[in-house]
This record gives sequence, C-alpha cells and structure tokens, in this order.
Amino acid sequence: MIAGQVSKLIGSRVKRKEDPRLITGEGKYTDDVILPGMAFFAVLRSPYAHARINSIDTSAAAAHPDVLGVMTGAEINDRCAEPFPLFAILEGMQYPERWPMAATKANYVGEPIAAVAASSRAAARDALDLIEVDYEPLPVVTDMETAADADTPVIFEEMGSNLCYEASDQAGDPDRAFAEADGVVSARLEQPRLIPNPMEPRAAVAEYERSTGNATLWVTTQNPHIERMVAAKMLGMPENKLRVIAIDVGGGFGCKINTYSESIIAIALAEHIGRPVKWAEDRTEHFVATSHGRGQAQYVEAAYKKDGTLLGMKLKIYADLGAYAQVISHVIPTLTPSLSPGVYGIRDIGWTTIGVFTNKIPYDAYRGAGRPEAAYIIERVMDLIADATGKDPVAVRRKNFIPDDAFPYETPTGMIYDSADYNAALDKALDIAGYDDLRVEQKAARKDGKLMGIGVTVTTEVCGFGPAAAMGGLGGFESATVRVDPMGKVTVLTGASPHGQGEETSFAQIVADDLGVPFEDVEVIHGDTSIVARGVGTFGSRTLVVGGTAILKANEQIKDKAKRIATALLENKIEDTLDPQLVTLEDGLFSVQDMPDQYVTWAEVGSEAYDGQLLPEDEQPGLEAVSFWEPPGLTFPFSAHIAVIEIDQDTGEVSLKRYVSVDDCGTVINPTLVEGQIHGGLAQGIGQALLEQAVWDDEGQLVSGSLMDYAMPFAQEFPMFELDRTVTPSPVNPLGAKGIGEMATISATPTVANAVIDALSHLGVTHVDIPMTAERIWRVLQTHGRRRRGGRS
Amino acid sequence: MIPQAFDYYAPTSVADALRLLRQHGDDAKLLAGGHSLLPIMKLRLSTPQCLIDLGRISDLRFISGADDGSLAIGAMSTYHDIKNSALVQARVPALAEAAGEVGDVQVQNKGTIGGSLAHADPAGDFPALALALNFELVTATARSGRTIAIDRFFRDLLTTALRPNEILTEVHIPALPAGTGVSYQKLPNKASHYAVVGVAAAITLGDDGVCTEARIGVTGAGATAVRARNTERILKGKHIDAAVIRRASKRAGANVEDFNDDLHASAEYREHLTTVFAARAIEEALSRAG
Repeated sequence: MIAGQVSKLIGSRVKRKEDPRLITGEGKYTDDVILPGMAFFAVLRSPYAHARINSIDTSAAAAHPDVLGVMTGAEINDRCAEPFPLFAILEGMQYPERWPMAATKANYVGEPIAAVAASSRAAARDALDLIEVDYEPLPVVTDMETAADADTPVIFEEMGSNLCYEASDQAGDPDRAFAEADGVVSARLEQPRLIPNPMEPRAAVAEYERSTGNATLWVTTQNPHIERMVAAKMLGMPENKLRVIAIDVGGGFGCKINTYSESIIAIALAEHIGRPVKWAEDRTEHFVATSHGRGQAQYVEAAYKKDGTLLGMKLKIYADLGAYAQVISHVIPTLTPSLSPGVYGIRDIGWTTIGVFTNKIPYDAYRGAGRPEAAYIIERVMDLIADATGKDPVAVRRKNFIPDDAFPYETPTGMIYDSADYNAALDKALDIAGYDDLRVEQKAARKDGKLMGIGVTVTTEVCGFGPAAAMGGLGGFESATVRVDPMGKVTVLTGASPHGQGEETSFAQIVADDLGVPFEDVEVIHGDTSIVARGVGTFGSRTLVVGGTAILKANEQIKDKAKRIATALLENKIEDTLDPQLVTLEDGLFSVQDMPDQYVTWAEVGSEAYDGQLLPEDEQPGLEAVSFWEPPGLTFPFSAHIAVIEIDQDTGEVSLKRYVSVDDCGTVINPTLVEGQIHGGLAQGIGQALLEQAVWDDEGQLVSGSLMDYAMPFAQEFPMFELDRTVTPSPVNPLGAKGIGEMATISATPTVANAVIDALSHLGVTHVDIPMTAERIWRVLQTHGRRRRGGRS
Repeated sequence: MIPQAFDYYAPTSVADALRLLRQHGDDAKLLAGGHSLLPIMKLRLSTPQCLIDLGRISDLRFISGADDGSLAIGAMSTYHDIKNSALVQARVPALAEAAGEVGDVQVQNKGTIGGSLAHADPAGDFPALALALNFELVTATARSGRTIAIDRFFRDLLTTALRPNEILTEVHIPALPAGTGVSYQKLPNKASHYAVVGVAAAITLGDDGVCTEARIGVTGAGATAVRARNTERILKGKHIDAAVIRRASKRAGANVEDFNDDLHASAEYREHLTTVFAARAIEEALSRAG
C-alpha cells in the first residue's frame, strides 16, 4: 500500500479469520456471557404511544418468589446523575430531556417503564405481567409533516411545539437558477421508516462490585468507548471504573451506535440487587425497543435546461426523529441536503430541513444514515429531468457530472469530494449490463405488451468520519496499538469495533504486508475498553479508512524502533558497528545491504526488545507503539449501478432480473470482504425499494411489528449480482481507502426505483413511491395502464 | 418471547392423547408442528395450561396409498414428508409441489398437514388444496371417530368443525378421476410467505375435452378458505378456452364473504388477485388435465 512496496496480502481474497470461530459457535456474543450468580431482567414497556403514568404498583411483582428486585422509572432515573447526553447540538434546536425510563409520561410504544430482575428469564418475564400501571392515554402525534403545526398536540409541553429544528440555507443563487431554467420538475418523495434487523438482537450484561464501585458492561454496541463515556456520565461514575466489552457483535447497521436505556438499567439493577444481570431482547421486542432508520418526507423542485443540465434545486425535508433525539440522530437528516448534489456539478441549491418529534420510537442511523435519502432525491431528479427533456437517463447524468479533472472538488453544500472518476464507473456498468442492447430489448418487450424497466444511477456518499469537526464531540480519530512480543508475533489493538465486517482479517492483512510477518502471526483485538484504551468505533464506513491508517502510523514507530534493535543485533553478529539508517526491513527480515547472509528476524528483534541485554544505551525495552490518527478530510466512494426489472401486469409484482453494481471504494484490501459488503448492502437497498416499511396506525402502534409483517428480502428475491469496480484511491489517507459499508445500500434504492418507474414511463408514470409493493404498482397500472392501453386500442 | 408456564405431555398413542384431552378439557391445546401455536403463546395471546404434543405418536405419521388410487396421510406428516413422498408425487403431484412452496425449509420440516388444517389459518396454503382435492378428514374421539368432508370443515376464522374432544388423525385424499389436472397458484406474502391469495384448481376433462368436474379452493381472500362454486359451475360442461377461463375466474371471489383488508393487501386488491390466481390455477390445471 505504501508506494514502491510490493503487496502480498493487500488486495487478495484472504479468508476471514473470524469465520471458524463464528460458524462453529465459539463466538462470544453478549448473550453468551454467563457469570456466577447471574440474574436476568425484563423490561416493562409502554403499550401506549403517548400516555401519562398516573401510578405504578410493583408490589405483586416484587413478591414473586423468583424476583430479586424491581426498579421503576422513578427509581432508575433517580439513580442517574444526568440524562442521556446529546452531541452536535444544532443551532436553535430544542429537545426534551431523556432519561432511561418513562417515569411520569410515556412518549412511544416500547418506552421502558420498569424493570424486573429474577433468577430466570422466564420468571422475569412472568413478573412483568404482575406490574400494574395506571395509564392515561394522551393524543398521539404520528405524522411528521403536521407534527409542528400549531393545532397539533404538543408532546413535550415545556417545548411549546414538536419542532426540534428548522434549518434553512442556500448555496449559490437558486432563485436565479429557477428564473433561467427551461423547465422545472418537482416531486414529493417518501422515505418510509425502516426497521434495522441485525442477525443478533440487542443484549446487555452488567456486573457491579459494590466494594470498589467498578462495573463491567457487556453490550451489543458498535462503539464501546462511546458507550462507556455515555453510561459513565449518566451514572455519575468515573470512566475508569466502567469497563465495556463488545467482542462479537452480530451486525448493527447503525442501530447499535446508540447507548440504550437497557445498558443503564443493567448497571443500576446489578448494583441494586448485588448480582450480575442479563437482558436480551427477542425479535419482537427489538421492533419496539431498538431505533429505526430513514423516515423522511422530501419535497424537491429542480430547475433544468432543455439540454438536460440541472441548474438548481430547492428542497424541503421533513425528518421524523421519533420521541427523542439521541447521540447525533438529529444531525443525520442534515446530511441529506449536504449530499443532495450527488455526483453532479449543480451550484445553486436552497434547502430547509425540519426535524420533528413524534410519538414513535426514536430514529437513528441506519446503513447510509442521511445519504441514502440524498441519493434518492438526486437520482430521482435526474430521471425526472430525463423524462421531461426526452433524453436518455445516462446522457443526462453524463451531462451533469462533476468533471473528472475537478477533484478535489468542493460542493456548494461544503463537502470536499476527495477523488472520483464517474465516467469510468458508468462506462464499466453500461458495458457489463449491455445497456444499449437492454434498451432495444425493452422496446421489443413493450411491443409485446410487457413491462420491462432499466434503472441507472451514479451516486456518491461521504464516509471515513472524522475529522473531529465532523463528529460533534465524539472524537474524529481512531486509535491503534501495535505490539510485537518476544516471539515476534504481533498483536494489534484497534479502537474501531468491527461487528461483522471482518477487520480482524483486513487489519491483519495490512500489518502482515507492512511488517513482513505471516498473516497468522497477527492477532487483532477490539471491543474491550480495558484492553483498548480509547477508540471511537465502527460506523459511517470509517473503520478501514481511519482505524486502518492508525495501524499504519503505529507500524511506522514499531519499524523504526525494531530497526534500531535489529542494528544492535546485527552489530553483535558481525562484531562491527553499523549505521542504523542502512538497515532495511524486507519480507520480515532486517538486513544490511551488501551482507545478505546477515539478517535478524522479528522473533530475534522481539526477544531482544524485552531481554534487552544488547539494546543500545539510549534505548528502552519494549516493542509497542500507540497511535491516534485523525483524517484530514472525508472520503467519497462512488458507484454506478444498473437494475433491470420486470413487472407482472396482473399482480403488479416487480421481479428483479439483473443487477449490475460497479463500486469504487479506493484501494481494496480484501475483495471478498468488499463484495460481501456490496451484496448485503444491495439486499438492504433493494429491500427498501420494493418491500420494507414500518407502518403505524393513528394510535402510534407499530402495525408491521414482526418479521411476519415487516418484509425483509429473502435471497430468492435476487438474481446473482454482477459486481465490478473501479479503483480511484483516496488522497486523504495513506491506504487510499474510501470505505464500502454503505455505498451499495445507498445506490440500490434509487436504482431499483428508477427501473420500476422506467418500466411504467411509457404509460405516463413519472413517479411511484417506495416501497414499490405489488399492490402499489397494481394501483398505478389501474390508473395509468388502462387509460393508455385503452387509448391505443 | 417466553410463553406462560404450561404443562407438557407427549403421549405415544392416540388413545393416550384423547385421555389427556378429556382430562384437561379447555385448559389443553394439541401441539402439532407448533408453527402457529407457539408464536402466539410466546406473545401470550394464547395461554393454555397444558400442551399435548402429538409429535411422538408414530401412528399419526404415515403416507399410504390404497388400490383405488386414493391416498391416506397421517395428520402428523410434515410438508417435508409430503413433498418427498414418491406416492404423493405419483398420485397428486400438485400436492407434493405445493408442500415445497409452504413457508421455508424449517417450516416444511416441522409443519404438518393436520396442524395446518386444524388451525385453519385464513392464509394457509393447504386449506385451498384440501378443498380442491376434496379431502376427507378422519378424526378420533374417546368414543369413536368420524369422517368430515372438507366442504363442511372450515367454519370461520381459525375455526373448524373439530370438537374440543376430537383429534384429527388422518387425511384421506380420494383418487383423482382420470383426466384430472391440479394446480396451486399464489401470491406469497413477502414477509411471511403465507398466501396473500392462493387458488387451487382441480379440473377433470372427459375424453371429448369437456370439463366434467372442477373444484376450486381459494385461500387468503377471506376469513376461511372457500370453494369458488360459481367458478366451478361456469367451467363444468364446457370446452375450457381462454374466454371461459376469463369468465370463470372473474367469479372466483363470489363465494368469499368479506375480503380481508390488512397491512399486506386491501380487500379490493385481494379480490383482484383471486381472479388472477384462479385464472392461473385453472390454466395450469387444464394443461395438466386430459
């Protein structure tokens, strides 16, 4: 990866180090933790979306023979020194205080009301039924677009309205752009709420030592160090008395960034009953206990010229934050206008982002977090312009691309795109798809009365977070410790917290190549705050970009010191003095030019580092380096995707026939891992386009409250994905990596949506909302299909 | 997802199961594959005091064929058993096929034909096939037993003709008359893979190509699976061509009292789907008939 060095493992399909452990059941997930004397707790949740809690009687639950302790909202909240902290507070934003439980008023279905610890899971669950709560239902707010209206009931009286913030800004001169335009397209776009479903639901285990005040929390988190900071603050503990462990986490997709009430409840209960406690949600609980994602209503107007040039855009975006803001959830919708220019050279944009509170479970990051919503807007706009100007969607995109030689490029919304070549990615995707032939095929299909659609998108996104300024107080760095032991084996501690992505493998590849040690000799440790001193975590496709670079930086220090130690060893061998500058490290051997027979190994260096008898006088023992690295800027992976779909005219069912995904994430460390991220990402993005949506009734009850009702895609819904890539290294980190965790999700939704609308475009259809379920398409065909077909015959 | 505490019995004979059923009365529930019962127990929407598991009664798990071409399938035979039975594949291939379309592999491995029929989920696949194939349901009670014609079996939402003291033991599938083709077509719910609407058609053609018998079962549309008798009447006695199919399938929803209207499909859409899948099932059955 470093200029001039021959790579051996970087870029190869190394098998995941994690897999043997995980597929043979030796993974150490939170729910696998068993501690002596461990009790279990269950959480009583509000069945109402909005209700005053007039009284709560826990006496019958407490009297249950297996119950060890009950804590109500008042008791848990009283134990806390402060409410949940928020980061990156926006100017003019108002928000309610949030405590681990609802003590006097519940504000969403699923909000914790009380917790019961018992000697078994079943007893804890049984005891919940013995708690009596007197609820007084209150008016419910579910609609984000009217939530801030004057006549809408106010959820938090002290705030006076349900508005969290309304942020308006503009770049360039959108009014002038609209005045100069040949035409304007507009649309109202829905981004339904989605329910993230990692394979592993959430869980927490806590142990509290009354004698020392030390606590340990095992928890399903993507960022144990942030979890430690938040939990310690809230419980009024010094951080160094709280250890947070998250060794194996079975996926997160953003919903495991937040520090949840259950972490605080676990520690408080463990302290209260004097025994360790465990809580593990089941899937049904997960639907109402773990944050959702997306949830926007987007109004867009776009001014264009006849030649297809996008001149300007005006956006109004409503974001449904749910009942509370959490961590930086409120900032996520602001990423949408920031990324709305996409890969295009538009300079004049005006936007308003309106974040509102509703009686729903809080919203938070979900794979892409703010950027899928942006890509959806701009990629729908491109197709609307293509439709309005009668041009091919590919041509319209090319017409508007930021030129290949413009990078680094600052967008009107203040993003600095690091590097890109959109034409190259698009060319490749068109070539693989056989785009021109597909259009011919489509014409023929239409003649036969069939509905075939082709969707094209070219998208970018922002990742590799920080720097610090982009993180609102959470820190923009990642940490790495690289340690060489007396046997010459390498241990890497990373502050990132991979939870399925495979960085135990990709980081080991980087270290093996960089230090010249065998892959098997590198152990990567993460997810324990008492082993890894500090870290930020894994989200926003930052782990490789920031965490990987931190490792390289630690390696530099290790190599410097190792060379000095090797010099001493070589001098001892040849019984002469050497200039340390002449000692080189190649293929894991330290040697001096002209004396190829004389070399020392990592094992010799490692051994000497701790034995220390031959160390130079000014050298201290040990071979370990710590590095904190903060990136100077963000990275912007990009992609060109093409989907081919067919619609069953009788049922409206959409079937995906082909999917071409050309993605550019800069330097690829492990193609298998990258492709895995793309496959999973596509599945989620396609799921959003065709199937997934959280549905609520007027009472704020989640109607799509289980996997029997909330449709996530099955593998059988998909053709074999056709993957390829271009490689445009990022200049903002020495790896040249950009991140790939979210790219495919971001692109897939508009790609499939565009394909479906393309299939209907000859019937006069210009927009259909997602998810494009069979019934929704059938309804479109009822209004458009009949009229047009009737008109022709 | 922890159910309320319950007692669990696993009798090894039908007689023992009946004895337990009589002993526990309304407090007891019979457990077959458990795919419907256990989830609602875990949600505590159903809280039986005791479960009588029929899974260890080997007499209830068999597939046999009689010389007259009929089939007898033990109530505890799984979808997997049916899908892989050479006998079913030979005599009623559409049933073996449909068994392979139910849920997913896990459901097929545990779910049973008896459980599906006795539970009478309005969106179950087998109720439609049961109606089209004219199942006869053999039951046992402490005193004796009886045979219930499928047309008299489904009473209302999750309600059948089975009495509280009665166990469904066997499904009898009459031999298909010569010249019969069968097909089951559905729009699967993308989340659960239950049928949004499913239609099973059994069409018998005489030597002259005229439809002599037609049985159409519709599931997913209303509170129970129903026979589309109007459709059957239109088909019978005719040379079935595209026009007949169109006319017949348009009437496929006529016997559905109230179309279900829920998160997964509106009543209007279900009504439309009933027509679509009736036409598809009839078309395919026809192509297999004669």
